Order: sequence, then structure tokens, then C-alpha cells
Amino acid sequence: MYPTRLFPKLLLALALLLAALPGALAQDVEALVNALPDGSYSDREKVIFDLAATGDDRVAGLLNALGEGDLYVHEEDGRVVVGKRSGRDYALTDALTGEELGTAPSSALEKIRVNNRLRRAVRSAIGQLTLMSPSPPVRLRAASSLLRNADPDSLELLDTALAAETDPQVKKMMETARAAIIIKTDAGLEEKAAAINLLAARGDREALAMLTGALPSAAPELQPVIERGIAGIERKLALRDALQNVWYGLSLGSVLLLAAIGLAITFGAMGVINMAHGEIVMLGAYTTFAVQQVIRTSFPGLFDYSLAIALPLAFLVTALVGIAIERGIIRWLYGRPLETLLATWGLSLILQQTVRTIFGPNNREVGNPSWMSGAFDLAGLSITWNRLWIVVFALAVFAVLLAVLNRTPLGLQMRAVTQNRRMASSMGIRTPWVDAMTFGLGSGIAGMAGVALSQIDNVSPNLGQSYIIDSFMVVVFGGVGNLWGTLVGALTLGVANKFLEPYAGAVLAKIFILVFIILFIQRRPRGLFALKGRAVDA
Amino acid sequence: MITKTLLRAFDGKAIWVVAILLIIAVAVPASNLYLPVGHPLRVANHFVPLFGKYLTYAMLALALDLVWGYCGILSLGHGAFFALGGYAMGMYLMRQIGDRGVYANPILPDFMVFLNYQELPWFWHGFDMFWFAAIMVVLVPGLLAFVFGWFAFRSRVTGVYLSIITQAMTYALLLAFFRNDMGFGGNNGLTDFKDILGAPLQADTTRAALFAASAIALALAFIVCSAIVNSKLGKVLVAVRDAESRTRFLGYRVDNYKLFAFTASAVMAGIAGALYVPQVGIINPGEFAPANSIEIVIWTAVGGRGTLVGPIVGAVLVNAGKSWFTGVWPEFWLFALGGLFVAVTLFLPKGIVGALTQGWTALKARRTSARAEGGSDIAPEPSPAE
Repeated sequence: MYPTRLFPKLLLALALLLAALPGALAQDVEALVNALPDGSYSDREKVIFDLAATGDDRVAGLLNALGEGDLYVHEEDGRVVVGKRSGRDYALTDALTGEELGTAPSSALEKIRVNNRLRRAVRSAIGQLTLMSPSPPVRLRAASSLLRNADPDSLELLDTALAAETDPQVKKMMETARAAIIIKTDAGLEEKAAAINLLAARGDREALAMLTGALPSAAPELQPVIERGIAGIERKLALRDALQNVWYGLSLGSVLLLAAIGLAITFGAMGVINMAHGEIVMLGAYTTFAVQQVIRTSFPGLFDYSLAIALPLAFLVTALVGIAIERGIIRWLYGRPLETLLATWGLSLILQQTVRTIFGPNNREVGNPSWMSGAFDLAGLSITWNRLWIVVFALAVFAVLLAVLNRTPLGLQMRAVTQNRRMASSMGIRTPWVDAMTFGLGSGIAGMAGVALSQIDNVSPNLGQSYIIDSFMVVVFGGVGNLWGTLVGALTLGVANKFLEPYAGAVLAKIFILVFIILFIQRRPRGLFALKGRAVDA
Repeated sequence: MITKTLLRAFDGKAIWVVAILLIIAVAVPASNLYLPVGHPLRVANHFVPLFGKYLTYAMLALALDLVWGYCGILSLGHGAFFALGGYAMGMYLMRQIGDRGVYANPILPDFMVFLNYQELPWFWHGFDMFWFAAIMVVLVPGLLAFVFGWFAFRSRVTGVYLSIITQAMTYALLLAFFRNDMGFGGNNGLTDFKDILGAPLQADTTRAALFAASAIALALAFIVCSAIVNSKLGKVLVAVRDAESRTRFLGYRVDNYKLFAFTASAVMAGIAGALYVPQVGIINPGEFAPANSIEIVIWTAVGGRGTLVGPIVGAVLVNAGKSWFTGVWPEFWLFALGGLFVAVTLFLPKGIVGALTQGWTALKARRTSARAEGGSDIAPEPSPAE
């Protein structure tokens, strides 16, 4: 019930960080701590305020322990320690540094006693240390922990802190904390109604829990206000959940887009389903791993640039592999798409086993550069940087590819071959060369997708297999010969999947999506964005 | 008329294949059961279920060949029909365990007790009777194929698109059967079988009988396939394979022919699965894996699609190779299998049997033409379009 139950952990960390405090100050604090057991209650009260006045961050933890009655004096060496009961004995830690001091039986310890007056003093001293600390983050944490336990005794202190507060963020948190306390006290109806509205405006699950908790005991006049507040929060939460799902869906969709877009190009232009596509993605991921290995051993300073280095390299490696596949195998199988499917599947087995032989069957660790780690908050949504970058990257790849297809001679030729191979050939386009380039481009993009996927997925020889079926689904759903189809297909499937997940569970959601695609293909056998034409398949 | 169709089924080499299969059906079990241990001609105990497994695979490949080799439908989901047949049989075998399970529940299989089922799910009723399970073995895969095919063929989903959605189908089933609350044992599938039709599954005689049953079933499937492909219906199927639109324009209801071939093939695959399960002693969702279905395709392709002997030869050869490699040099197996895929599609588009037949025909033709002095060379064979 004290505002500071979380503080020991926090302060332990702080204490470790601040181990090298100026010696004089440290000695000063230690002297005060050692003076704590001596004298009367009023002497002790004075020491408490002196301790608070030092502004030392470690003091809050000590005072907290004192308030909880966990502070003891070790009878042997007179050291002040925090004792927590563990079994029969007490587990001891140093009151200031948090250093582990083993255990002692209760007979070896003498409790530092506190009365109600001292407890009040401790509370206000802690408030002074935290709520009025010069550092805004400390104040913010203090306020948010007050919000959580809403201790009415802290109201006075909070009011003082609020009057002095200048940081708007901290001020808002303090006001919310105050509101949380107000609805527990017997304040006037109007004041309470204002507090309820303030909490409702906060609109998160904590506020919801507080209001729901306050509802049964509230005055009848206040009940409709609280109910309105609850309804408002629930609406807001539903909206936020929907947004969260959209974000997760977009994130999944962009991964699908990355995995499928290369496949869509080769399938569209050549009518070839490349079953080894997933393994080419995997090769891209392993290229990233190899680049990071080299960087780790030889140029550790370049680690943050590892992806930038891996990206062109992966494109190059996989594009060359793709061209080799096309020249070596696929060009012998034109006009036999089903057999191409089999040959490339065989190839995928070979590639998998090759990687397994070289790199081993286990997951390889690919690190996140610093700019891809961590997360940030946006309107209550927690967004991780790596997911955000992958969405951005997928869209960038899409845009570049669109530009290549629509603005370059190669793109023109590729589109011509996609629409009518024989006519394009008659017009002088070297279709075999276009095929090789298309395959190289598609594979290169798959390789770049592998670089991106190495950031969010395990890099193992099976990496490709987990994406290949999903990529097929995207391609057949979106339709071939049109990149927009792939974009719409990938994002639709991603978002639909994430919206189904909360209701049906991940596996069932996936099953629904598969069944949906099977049914969808019945309606539109050539996908969402079918290429218009009068060609009849033999 | 039926006799005429059957007679036509037996023309040429077919009778030899059936005869060989029947001889195997008698000879292998007999040598295992009646020859003394250590006799050079005796088939060792562990080989009987292994060979039996190959025969069920051969039947599965034959079923796939009916739709792929003769009708041009490349199904990447035939493993699903096989597995469904297997599950139907597995459910019967589960119910036969009775109270001999770990939890000794007379009604509920072990995994249901473990998952706190209070009563048998509705779809498990009836599986304590063999005839019911046998009907389900045929009905469930057949019905799925009928419904799936009815939708797909009517909407003219063809070629690669059809392959992909059959793959989606088996993948969806894989995910579904992995779920514990589907009531099919989840991840672990169905196993720990005790006996079939009252005969203990571990006994040599039961295994020999299952082997014989597999060989006979394969022979029957061969006869049925042979009857189909040699009938007028079979001719239309080949026409659909080679020029679907043209066949449609000639007035044939292409969808119905395809649907018939697809459903018949699924039923055959289901029966193969039902024979497979008691011989390997387990059925789990892994059988639905899309990779398994693609492997069936490679058996057919290696042996030779568009021939009826081909898939049998292919399935037995590839699986024997797999058993041998995974024992001797496991890392190499994926290389070998992958290489086989590439090599067969590039160099042996008609498979082993197709290539042999072609070589044999060419040889005979050369002899004939040499004898006739300047006689015309053999006509170039039209290559089927996809």
C-alpha cells in the first residue's frame, strides 16, 4: 500500500549505477544511516529528514524499508541492513548498496522501530525524494506508482508536488494519480465527478479497473458518471485493439509481401512456380549472417551498418543463384510449368541440405543493429522498430520494383513477355534474356527479403519452407502480372489473419485463410487482379 | 459390358503385372512364415511390414498417376486423401485397444483421457466396427475429393493454380489435425495399436496377412486403373490432359470426367492409407505435410507417369533408396532426392518405364525398318501439352 513497493528494484539498479558517488557525500549518507538506530523517535525523525535532504537516490530504498519495518541492525557489527524473512532466517542486504549479505537468525538482528509519526515522516521524505526529485523520470515513476496504489495518505504530498511541477507530462500523470486518490476519499461530489472524468480521459486498462472498482461503492449520483466513463474507456480500448490488429496485420502483410513479390514476378512473366523461392530467401538470410560474422570478427565498429552491407550483397548472391537456376534448369522446361515446379522443388531440397551441411542444422543468430532494436509508443500502441523498418522496407522494395517495371527498358520487355510471349518474341525482344533477367530480379528481391526476415525470424535451413506456402497463397490470391495484386493480396491476408487470431486462435485463423483462398480461387480462378486477355490455356 | 471392360483391362502386359503382384502376395508371406530362420530365401521379419509399406505407397502413386498421368491434374494434396484413409483406419484400431490402454478406459482412447474428454466425440462413434471404418476409409477421402473437385473443376481452376490450392488443402488439414481439440490426438496422432479384426498387430501372421492384403489391393487397383484408362472414358481423360479446351469444344463435359478421375483416385489413395497405418503402427498429422504430397509426385515421375507400371516401380525404387540412404548416409538423402527431382524432370520426362518403353519401341522399329530396308522411321511421338 505504500507508493514505493516497486522502488527497491529500481533503486537497486540506481545504487549499482551510482556506486561511484563523490566520497564525501557517500560518507555523509553512511554516517546518517549509522545514526539511524540511535536516540529517541524524534532524533530518528530528524535523521530521516536529513537523509532526505541529501538527495541521494539510494536513500529512498532505505526509507522504504524503514517504513515497511524491514530495517534491522546487525548485532555483531552494528551494520544497518534490510532483512526479508526467508524460511526461519532473514535474508540480508545492505541498506544502502543492496549488496547481498547472506542470512542471519532473528536473534542476531535488532529491528529499528518506527511509530506512526515516523511512518508519516518516512512517507513524506520519500515523496520529497521522488515526487520532488530534480529528475523528471524519477518524478514520473513516482507519480505513476502513486496512480497504481492510490494511497489516500499521499494526497497532501501529491498536492504540494503538483503545485511545484513544471513538466507537463509529469504534471498530467500527477493529476491522474490525484484523481485516482480522490475517488477513494470522501471528497465532494463535484470534485469526484471531475476526477472520474479525468480518469476516463486516460482511457487505459488501469483506469478501467479503477473505475470498475469504484463503481459499486460510489454514491448513486456518481454512478452514471462512472458508467459513462467506463463505456468511454471500453470504446477507446476497442478502437486501440483494432488499431493494434491493423498494425500487426500490416506488419505480417509486409513480411508476406517481401516473401511473395519476387515469386509474383517470376510467376507472372514466365508462368513458372519457383518452389525454391523460399530457399533463396533463406540464402539471403544466411548472407546476412555471414556478413555479420565477418563484421563481428574483423570490423566490430561497423555492426550498425551490417544490414546496409548485407542488402546489396544478398541481392547479388541470390540474383546470381537465380540466373544460374534459370539457365541451368528452368529454360529446359519451358511450356511444362508443372515439371518446373517439381524440378525447383528438388532444387530447394538440395539448397536446404547444402546450407545445412555448411552452416549446421541449428538456428544461427543474426543480431539486430541498434537502430532496429527496441520499441516506441504511438497513441498507446507499442511499435517495435524492427517491424516498422520491415514495413517501410517492404513498401520501398515495392515502389522500386514498380519503377523498374514501369520506367525501364527491362521492365517494358518484362511486361511485354508477361502479356504475350510469342508476340514479344516476334517484335525482337530476346525472351530468353528477359527470362534470365526476370528470374535474377525475382531471386534478388527474395534475397533482400531474406535480409529483412533474418531480423524477425530464426535463421535456419528451414526458414524458406515456412514462407513458401504463404507466398503461393499471396500470389494466387493477388493474381499475377500485376504487382498491385501482390500488394493488396499480402496486406489483405496479413490483416485478415491478425483480425481472426483473437477470435479463433493463430492456427484456426490460418486454416480459415487457407479455406478462404481455396474458395476465392473458385470465384476468380486467376486471382484478384487477373491479367486481362483472350489467351486460352491449352 | 463390364466384362468387356475388364477383359480389355487385361490385354497385353496388364495380366503379367497382376500375376506378378499376386505371386508376391503369396510368396513373401509364405517365405517369411514357412522357411526356417536363416534360410537364404527367407524374407526377414522386419522386411515384411517395410515391403508392405512400399506396396501401399505404390498404390498411392498409382492413384496419383490416374489423375496426373492420364488426366493432367497435378494434385499436390494426394497425401491428404492417403492420411484421411489412414486416420479412419487408425480410429478403428484405437477403438480396438479398449481397456488395454495406459489409462484403461474401455471407451475413450488414451489421448482423450489425457485431454480430459468426458465422452467420445460424435465423429468417433461407429469406429469400433470394422465395416463402418472400412466404409469411412472410402467415403471420407472420396467425399472430400468430390466436393473439392466439384468446386474446382466447375470453376475451371487448372494447371498451377489447381496444384497450389490442393497444396493449400493439405496444408489446412495439416494445421487442423495438429490441433489437440480436433479430437484426433493432435501432434502425436494415433498410435499404440493392439490388434486388427481380433488378430494381434505384432504377430508375424498378421503382418504377413497385411502384406498380402496390400499386394492384392494393389493388384485390384491396377486392374481398376487399367480398366479405366483402356475404356472410352480413359481416352477422354487423355484427351482432357492433352487439349482440355478442344475436348470441351468437342462436346464432352470435361468437368465430370475430371471429377470422376479425381474422386476415384482419392478413394484409392484412402484405401492405401488404410493399409499403411496398421503396418507402420502410427498415423500422425505429419502425413498431411505438403512435402509428403510432393514426394508422391516424384515417385510417379521417376517411374513414369502416363504408364500404369511406372508409379509402382517408381514408388518402390525411391522408397527403397530412401530406406537405404537414411540408414547408410542420412545427410545425403535430401541431395539424392533433390537431384532425382531435377534429373528426372530434365532427362527422363517419361520416367524410367517410359524411357524403357520408348527405347524398346525404337529398337524394335529400327529392326523392322532395317528388315524392310528403307522403311519409314517410327513416327515422332506427340508430346503432351500441359
